[in-house]
Amino acid sequence: MSLLKANNLTMQFGGITAVSDFSIEVGENELMGLIGPNGAGKTTVFNMLTGVYKPTKGDINFAGEDITGLKPYDITRKKAARTFQNVRLFKDLSVIDNVKISLTYQIKLGLFESILRTPNYYKVEKEIHEKAMKILEIFKLDGKSEEYAKNLPYGEQRRLEIARALAASPKLLLLDEPAAGMNPQETQELMELITWIKEEFKIAILLIEHDMKLVMGICEKILVLDYGKILTVGTPDEVKNNPEVIKAYLGEEG
Amino acid sequence: MKKLKNLKLILGIVVMVIYSIFFLLIQTGALNPYYGQILIVLGINIILAVSLNLVIGFTGQLALGHAGFMSIGGYTAAIMSLNYNLPFFISLVIGGLVSAVIGFLIGMPILRLKGDYLAITTLGFGEIIRVAVVNMDFLGGPRGLAGIPKKTNFTWVYFITLFTVIIIYNIIKSPYGRAMLSIREDEIASESMGINTTKFKMMAFVIASFFAGIAGGLYAHQFMFLDPKSFDFLKSFEILTFVVFGGMGSLSGSLMATTVLTYLPEVLRTFAEYRMIIYAASLVMLMLFRPQGIMGNKEINLVHIKEFILCKLLRKCKKKGGAYNVTIEG
Repeated sequence: MSLLKANNLTMQFGGITAVSDFSIEVGENELMGLIGPNGAGKTTVFNMLTGVYKPTKGDINFAGEDITGLKPYDITRKKAARTFQNVRLFKDLSVIDNVKISLTYQIKLGLFESILRTPNYYKVEKEIHEKAMKILEIFKLDGKSEEYAKNLPYGEQRRLEIARALAASPKLLLLDEPAAGMNPQETQELMELITWIKEEFKIAILLIEHDMKLVMGICEKILVLDYGKILTVGTPDEVKNNPEVIKAYLGEEG
Repeated sequence: MKKLKNLKLILGIVVMVIYSIFFLLIQTGALNPYYGQILIVLGINIILAVSLNLVIGFTGQLALGHAGFMSIGGYTAAIMSLNYNLPFFISLVIGGLVSAVIGFLIGMPILRLKGDYLAITTLGFGEIIRVAVVNMDFLGGPRGLAGIPKKTNFTWVYFITLFTVIIIYNIIKSPYGRAMLSIREDEIASESMGINTTKFKMMAFVIASFFAGIAGGLYAHQFMFLDPKSFDFLKSFEILTFVVFGGMGSLSGSLMATTVLTYLPEVLRTFAEYRMIIYAASLVMLMLFRPQGIMGNKEINLVHIKEFILCKLLRKCKKKGGAYNVTIEG
């Protein structure tokens, strides 16, 4: 059964069609890559899937529910969390608070319980803290839990963003260029981390990436987008040898 | 847990001692009534500044109509006392609640706006409230509402201010406060992490309106007279000044700034006509040299005081690290 199924998504900004007739199917516990030249509409697809944009046409089905046009927070609550292309951390908050915020919607604590500091408040806060620390440990950030997010080195900020998304306990994790700006060593570690997350948490991952080594190395299926249209879908080997893909990336033979 | 309880006990004792000192000073007449009144004004200003800080500093929504909500609370509480003879506390709470309800109704359409658009609209709503009051005859219209019984005293103001600060502090240091902070930091990311941003913005706005209403009620029963002109946008800006001066996102900053800025004009009375120039110049100086306000978005807490004593006075510095020790940037 597929976890995410989108049919004929089209996104128009005024007269410009950024994405047209985009369909995708992501199975449970599947690792899928979304690639394409710059401006192909990959991030637009992400924004449609996560509710930032409302698609002009088409419908999105997630875990058997129609989620077309829902608000981003509703979609996250239905267990699809994302990261951003340009890191969007809560910069002036501590590392652990960044993670705790993703846990907010998963707890039951009344406003008056917080104001009156009832025993339940302390219990819930303790639970949140322990959960957040556990996630930070996975991402080897537990030593810096009280540091401001903006003071982390770039690679760790990227990791923290994934940690934050994972704290929302998603079934589908959408990663927008997770390796952007990383050095080869960091990219290698990230590849291992992504595969490990997928196996450990039994979740599906959809990622946008320009680093072909990463995409070809870990994705089970790859979808190629060009000028807002799907070029092809297939395994890494199929995609690598597809003449249309080569044409889109390198241009035609002279 | 035990340590926490001890700490609370100590704080409780400190609070009561401070109260007793001032109470005795006022009762015995050692502190003249003029200074007593400034103390009350200070309390009211702190309630206003701290509640506005929840919206502006913590949730990051630039709302400029706080004086409007103060006047709603003030007039409502005054009418409750004058026409219905309700006990003081109940009048105050009703004033706060009416203000909160109107805050909710106004917030629904305008909290969708961001930044300067929100600022202009809230400014507009503040003025609408004032103009509406001017045109309501049963509120005294432009002549103002007179004859409100004097029921505000130091005890009421002290404890209501204290509870306001505690409540706002407890909200900030809870999952609710974290959600509000995340909206200030990055609204899109916050929404993507499952936070219903509209709900939390509304919550902050309504809570702030409630406390502004309470402050208005205290004000009305202190000066026994309400004039719509005293709740114009200048009053809103005055409250905004407290928040900015103290640091957006710092309760202890708001407390300090309000204290300084409430006393400064009084202290400067000896300079007669120069006093507003000095007041304004001090604002300009602070914004030049410390644009983030006195405290930035940091809080003073007991850990800091302990560290300050250990580090600066006894020269036993602990290794730096962690969010609390990070130096404040310009």
